[in-house]
Amino acid sequence: MSEFISGSALFAILLTFGAYELGRMFQKKTRMAIFNPILVAALLVGVVLVLTGTPNQVYQDHCETFSWLLTPATVCLAIPLYAQFSRLRHDLPAILAGVTAGTLVSMGFVLLLTRLCRLNDVLTASLLPKSITTAMGIVVSEAGGGEPAITTAAIILTGILGSIFGPWLCKVLRLHGPAAQGVAFGTSAHVVGTSKAAEISQTAEAVSSLSLVFAGILTAVICPMLM
Amino acid sequence: MRYLRQFLWIIGFTLVGEVLHAVLPLPVPAAVWGLVLLFIALESGKLKLSSVQDCGQFMLGLMPVLFIAPSVGLMDSWSMLASVWPAVLAIIVLSTVVVFAVSGVVTQTLMDFASARENAGQPMVGQAEEVSDE
Repeated sequence: MSEFISGSALFAILLTFGAYELGRMFQKKTRMAIFNPILVAALLVGVVLVLTGTPNQVYQDHCETFSWLLTPATVCLAIPLYAQFSRLRHDLPAILAGVTAGTLVSMGFVLLLTRLCRLNDVLTASLLPKSITTAMGIVVSEAGGGEPAITTAAIILTGILGSIFGPWLCKVLRLHGPAAQGVAFGTSAHVVGTSKAAEISQTAEAVSSLSLVFAGILTAVICPMLM
Repeated sequence: MRYLRQFLWIIGFTLVGEVLHAVLPLPVPAAVWGLVLLFIALESGKLKLSSVQDCGQFMLGLMPVLFIAPSVGLMDSWSMLASVWPAVLAIIVLSTVVVFAVSGVVTQTLMDFASARENAGQPMVGQAEEVSDE
């Protein structure tokens, strides 16, 4: 069994896509935010790897056959952005101000907390780009001397947390406009938050896409100055 | 066939992004270059939305699946986190909530301020528009 798994990329592909579908079905059934499909799928994959005695590195190597799609997929964020841009133009100053404030606070806050907790430079560099989307965050992290695997995990956890707490935070903070909701989801929880914002409204989704792009660019430019 | 040509456009913009990232001495990831260029091409009308839309939507839908393997990859970086994970977890949770709150409140306050000024004589109109959109 283990030999077949390590010999073929198909198993890794089937396992990853299958686990995600199961994760989605599970979330639909339970309707609980904590059962995020990515989180459930990662746990399922981990369990299958342990049960079949497949080394993680073998699985990771096989996933390389499709993981390069992340960069072109991120480029495609330009599509929803363009489709909604004319509707957003009027609110652009308020949107950009919110994203800038959130991004600066994100980096300042993370830097402060990592210093307070006396975490080393590798961890600090890995955590600084945690609010931006993976294809951008990994590059920023590596440039600052961070560990991409930790950055990826922090980014995904951030996205999941944003999706879980987001709807509740919107109520508590009285973020009633779709622009403010989109900015909050996109700036704090990148692509994962944007898919949550899509459940609220089309405008919130569009603002969220715009926010995650702008937050990503801002972080990519400012982060190297901090490290 | 339609998908093939759309895929070609998307990969083309990505490749230009990769080249710019490699050549220019700026800390901008390839994905950002590609995204900005694709947006400019669409916004300027040089490229039609229909030339990338279907394949693009498919690629966007694919994105969550691409996050799974890196999440599993954490199994191997665990040694680095073993002694500090409570602090790291606390930083992630706190900063996510703080960033969500700051960015959302700043935008909401500015929007409220702008709509209050615009509708000085007839308050709440902007609000009603926003609500109807949800």
